[in-house]
Amino acid sequence: MSPVLALVPLAEESVPAETFQLPQIDYAALAPMLILFGVACVGILVEAAFRRFPRARIQLPLALLGALAALVVVIMTAGKRTITAGGAITIDGPALFLQGSILVLGIVALLLIGERTLERGGAFVAQAAVTANTEADRSQAATSEGASEVFPLSMFALGGMMLFSTANDLLTMFVALEVFSLPLYLLCALARRRRLLSQEAALKYFLLGSFASAFFLFGVAMIYGFAGRVDFSGIDQAVVGSAASPLLLYIGLALLVIGLLFKAAAVPFHVWTPDVYQGAPTPITALMAACTKVAAFGGLLRVLYVAFGRSQWDFQPVIGTVAVLTMIVGAVLAVTQTDIKRLLAYSSIANAGYLLIGVVALNKEGLSSSLFYLVAYGFTVLAAFGVVTLVRDADGEATHLSRWAGLGRRSPLLAGVFTFILLAFAGIPLTSGFTAKFGVFAAGVEGGQTWLVIAGVVSSAILAFPYLRVVVLMWLSEPSESTPAVSIPGALTSAALMIGTVATLVLGVVPTVLLPIATRAAEFIR
Amino acid sequence: MQLTTLAEAVSFTSPSGVLSSFWLLIAIPLVSAAILLLLGRRADRWGHLLGVASVGAAFVLGLVYFISLSGLDNKELSLNLFRFMPVGDLKVDVGLLYDPLSAMFVLLITGVGFLIHVYAVGYMEHDPGRRRFFGYFNLFVAAMLLLVLGNNYVMLYVGWEGVGLASYLLISFWYLRPSAATAGKKAFIMNRVGDAGFVIGIFLLFATLGTVQYDEVFNNISKLSAGTVTAVGLLLLIGACGKSGQFPLQAWLPDAMEGPTPVSALIHAATMVTAGVYLVARSHPIFDASETAKTVVVCIGALTLLIGCVIGCAKDDIKRVLAWSTVSQIGYMFLAVGLGGAAYALGLIHLLAHGFFKAGLFLGAGSVMHGMNDQTDIRRFGGLRRYMPITWATTGLGYLALIGIPPLSGFFSKEPIIVSAYHHEGWLGWVLGTAALLGSGLTAFYMTRLFVLTFHGPKRWTDDVKHPHESPKIMTIPLVLLAVGSVAAGGLLATSVPDWLTPVFGEQVEHGENWLVTGLTILVTLGGVGLAWVLFSKGTAPQEAPAGPVVTAARNNLYADAFNEAVFEMPGKYLTRALVYLDNRGIDGLVNGLAAAVGGGSGRLRRAQTGFVRSYALSILGGALLVVAAMLAVTLG
Repeated sequence: MSPVLALVPLAEESVPAETFQLPQIDYAALAPMLILFGVACVGILVEAAFRRFPRARIQLPLALLGALAALVVVIMTAGKRTITAGGAITIDGPALFLQGSILVLGIVALLLIGERTLERGGAFVAQAAVTANTEADRSQAATSEGASEVFPLSMFALGGMMLFSTANDLLTMFVALEVFSLPLYLLCALARRRRLLSQEAALKYFLLGSFASAFFLFGVAMIYGFAGRVDFSGIDQAVVGSAASPLLLYIGLALLVIGLLFKAAAVPFHVWTPDVYQGAPTPITALMAACTKVAAFGGLLRVLYVAFGRSQWDFQPVIGTVAVLTMIVGAVLAVTQTDIKRLLAYSSIANAGYLLIGVVALNKEGLSSSLFYLVAYGFTVLAAFGVVTLVRDADGEATHLSRWAGLGRRSPLLAGVFTFILLAFAGIPLTSGFTAKFGVFAAGVEGGQTWLVIAGVVSSAILAFPYLRVVVLMWLSEPSESTPAVSIPGALTSAALMIGTVATLVLGVVPTVLLPIATRAAEFIR
Repeated sequence: MQLTTLAEAVSFTSPSGVLSSFWLLIAIPLVSAAILLLLGRRADRWGHLLGVASVGAAFVLGLVYFISLSGLDNKELSLNLFRFMPVGDLKVDVGLLYDPLSAMFVLLITGVGFLIHVYAVGYMEHDPGRRRFFGYFNLFVAAMLLLVLGNNYVMLYVGWEGVGLASYLLISFWYLRPSAATAGKKAFIMNRVGDAGFVIGIFLLFATLGTVQYDEVFNNISKLSAGTVTAVGLLLLIGACGKSGQFPLQAWLPDAMEGPTPVSALIHAATMVTAGVYLVARSHPIFDASETAKTVVVCIGALTLLIGCVIGCAKDDIKRVLAWSTVSQIGYMFLAVGLGGAAYALGLIHLLAHGFFKAGLFLGAGSVMHGMNDQTDIRRFGGLRRYMPITWATTGLGYLALIGIPPLSGFFSKEPIIVSAYHHEGWLGWVLGTAALLGSGLTAFYMTRLFVLTFHGPKRWTDDVKHPHESPKIMTIPLVLLAVGSVAAGGLLATSVPDWLTPVFGEQVEHGENWLVTGLTILVTLGGVGLAWVLFSKGTAPQEAPAGPVVTAARNNLYADAFNEAVFEMPGKYLTRALVYLDNRGIDGLVNGLAAAVGGGSGRLRRAQTGFVRSYALSILGGALLVVAAMLAVTLG
C-alpha cells in the first residue's frame, strides 16, 4: 500500500459494528411505495383466496384504488424534501414528480390492462404455461378468463419503478431495478394471442435484461472500488476527493450507464425494444413505453446529476454520441417498419434520444424539461397503444400497417384521434409533443449541446415521415377487404384514450399547467 | 408653404355623444354581409332587402354623424376600439378616424351605394345569385368604409384588401363565363402589384418612424430624410395607381366591366377606384414633404387622363368607353391632388361629382343593356331616345356633367383643375394644363360619340332585339336621383367643400379665376362635341372598320396589355419554368435522394435486427465496449 493512500481517512463513519442501529425511517415519505407494495401483496392474497371468476372483478378496483391512494399521498407530501431509510431513499422534487408521473401513467395503463370487453376474458392468457399452439392453448385462448395476476404484477412493477427513481444509493437502485424488471418479464409472456411471439419476447427481454443488469452490477462494484461507498453523495465527494485510480470511476460509470441506457432503450442497447414491444400484450407495451421510460430516465437523471455531476466533462461527449445515435437510428429504422407496434417501438427509441438531450444538458432546464417530456410522452404513447388495441379482427389486433389502410373511412373518430397522436409524436405545435421537444431542445442549446439539438431536429424530420405515412394510409387509401373493423372501446379503454388525448392537447395548448410544477420540482438534494 | 403645413401639428380628439358610435357605420353592412353569406339559400327570399336596408341605415347614420360633426369645433375624431396587433414595438389598434374627409367619403359611399343597391334589386331580379351578390356588395361597402374610416395605415390596408377581395368576387360574379373569371383574376393580380408597393411603404413607415398611426406619422414626417419621404410617397403611390387604375397599372379596370353593371357603377366608377385619390389626399403631409413624389403624381395623372381619353375614343363597348373615361377622370383627380395646396379640395370635389355622374352613366348603360338583350356594342344601338326617355334624359345629364358643360357639376369640378394645372410653376405647368385641356376636348368627343350612337341616329340593332323597353321604376328612380345629383351638386360642392376640408388640409390660398382658360376649356369642349356630332349623328358602320395606326393602337389599349405580356409575363413565365426545373431536378432531386438514402439505410440497418437473442447480446456487448472505450478515450486521451 502506498503511503499516500494510508494518509487518506476512510470515508466511513466510525460506527462500531456491535451498536448497529435501526435507521430512522420517515414512513410518510415512503407511504406511496408502501401502499403500492402492500396492495400488490394483498393482490397475491386475493389470488390465493378467491375463485377465478370474482378475482378479476376485485383486482382492478383494488389496484386502481391503491395507485390513487399512493398518488394522493404523493400530492399531499409535495413539499417534502428528505433523505430517509438510512440514506437509501431520497424524497426530493424530482423524486416526487417522477413518483407522481409513474402513478398517473400507471393508472391509465391499468385502465388498458383491465379492459375486458374487447376480447373475451381480456388481453391476457389464462395459463401461460400451456404449450403454445396446442389444442389446449387454442381453447383457453378462445374461452378462459385471463390471468388476474397481471394486477399484482403491475403493482410490483410500478412500486419498483418508484423505488428506482427515489433510490439514493446504487444497491437500492439495483434492487429496485430487479423489482420492477422481473414482473415486466412475466407480464410480457402473458399475451392471449400469438403466444409464441409473446413468450419469445419475454425470454428475450429476460435474457438481455439480465445481461444489462450484470453490466450495472459490475459498474456498481467498480464504483465501490473507486469511492469506497455506494451512496450518491459519497460518490459525489469521491469524484473530486478520492485518490483511487480514476480508471475505476470511468469504467464503472460507463458500465452503470449502460445498464440504465438498456432500460431507457438507447442505441446500441435498444435491440430488444422492437421485439418485446411487438410481442408483449399491448397494454403491457403501453405500460413499459410510458412508465418504464419514466423510471429509467428518472434513475439516469439522478445518477448523472447527483452522483457524477462533477465529472460531467467526462461523460457528456459519450452520452451525447449515444443520444445522436439513438435519435438517428431510431428515426431511420422507423421509416421502413410495417408493423404499427414496431413503428411505435422505434419511435420510442428516438424519443429516448430526445430525452437524452435533456439529460446531457445537465442544467436545471434540462432536468425540468426532461421531467415534462416524460409525462407528455407517456400520455401520448399510452393513447397510441390504446388505439392499437382497438384495431382488430377475428385473430386479435391487426398490427400490420397494410391493414390500417382506409381506416379513416371506416372509423373517422378513431383515425382522427390517432392522427392527432401521431402529429403529437411528430412535434406539431398545439400538441404536447411540440412543447416537450421544444423544452429539451432549448435546454440542450442552453447547456451548450447545440450539436445534439441539430441532430434532434434532423431526426424529427426523418421521423415525421413514418408518422405521416400512417396518416396518409389511414385517410387517403381506399379501405380494402382486409381493413379490420374497429372495436367499440369499452369504458376503460375509452377513459384511457380520452385521458391520453386530452392530456396531449392540454399540455400542448396550455403547458403552463405542468411546466411550473416541473420547474419547481427540478432540484435534486444530496 | 410647405413649412406652414408642417408646422400645424395633427391632433385627434375622442368622439363624444352620438358620434362615439360611428363604428356602427362599418358594423352594420358587415353584419348584413355575414348574414347574407352565412345563411346561404335560407336568405334568398329577403336577402336583397336586408342588403339594401343595411346600406340605407348606414347612409342615415352617416348623415346624422355628418350633421353632428359640422357642429363641432375640433372636427377630427379618433376612436380606438381594441388592440389588433401587439407584436414587439409594433402596436396596431383597430382604430377609426372620423374627420371631414372621411365624413365626405362616408356620404358618397353610403349615398351613391344606397341608390345603386336599390337599382341592383331590379337589375339582378332574375339572377339566381342575387342574395350572394348583395352579400358581396355589403361586404364591399363595409370594407370601403373601413378604408376611409381607419385611423392608421394598417386599417386603411385592411379595408384596401377588403375592397380588393369584394371587387374580385364581384367582377367574377358570373364565374362560369371565362371572360369574367379571367377579368377577376387580372384585376386581383394587377392590384397585388400595387398592394405590394403600398405594403412596403407601410413597412418603411414603421421601420423609420415606429408607428403607422396617421397623427404620429404626420407629426414626425419632418424627422425623416428627404429620400425616405420620397420613397414612402412613391411606394404609397404605387398602391394608389393599382387601385385607381392609373398608369402603368390601368389595364385591369376596363376588363373589370365583366361584372354586373351595378358593380361597375359602384366599385369601378364611384368609390373603390377613387381609393387611390383618397390615399394620396389622406397622406398629404407625406406628399407635401416631397416635391419629387408630387411631381410624379401629377405626371401620372396627366399621362393617364390622356391615355384614358385616347382609348375611350376608339372603343365600341359602352361599358368599356365609360371605364376608360373613369381612368381618365381619375387621372384628373390625381393631377389635382398631385398639385397640392388648394387643388386637394378640387380633386376631391371632382371625385364626389364624378361619383354621381359616372354612377348615373353606368346605371344608364345598364338600363340600355337591360332593354337591349345585354347588347353592349354602341354600334348596334341607335335611336333609343324614343324607347327609353328616362334613361335618355338621365344619361344625357350625366354626359353633359362629365364633359363639363356649365352649369352642370363637371364644369365646376374639372375646369378649376385645368386652371390650377396652368398655375403650376415652370414649363411643367404648361404641359400639365395643356394635357388637361386636350383631355377635356377628347372627353367631349368620345362621350358625344357614345351618347349619339346610343340614343340618336338610325337604328342599327341586332335582329334579336324587337321592342326595347324602359327599365322598371326601381331602376329608373335611382337614375333620376343620380341625375339630379349630377346637375345640382357641382355648384354646391365647389363652394362648400374647400371650407369643409380646411381642418384636414389647412388654410389654402386659392388661385384666382382665369377667364382665358375657362373660356378656352368651354371652347375645346364644344369643339369635341361638334366634331363627334358631325361624324356620328348619321350613325356608323355596324362593324369595326380597319383604321389608321393611331386608332388601331387605341383599340388595342395603346398596347399596354401587349407591353405587360412581353415585359412582365414572358420573363415571369420563363423564370417560373426555370424555377420549376430547378425545383424538380435540383431541390426535389436532393430531397428525394436524401429520402432514398434514408430509406435504403433503414432497409440495411433493419437486417441487423435479426431476431436472435445471441446477436442482440453481441451488439449490446459491442456497444458496451465502445462506450467504455470512448469514455476512457475522452477522459484519458
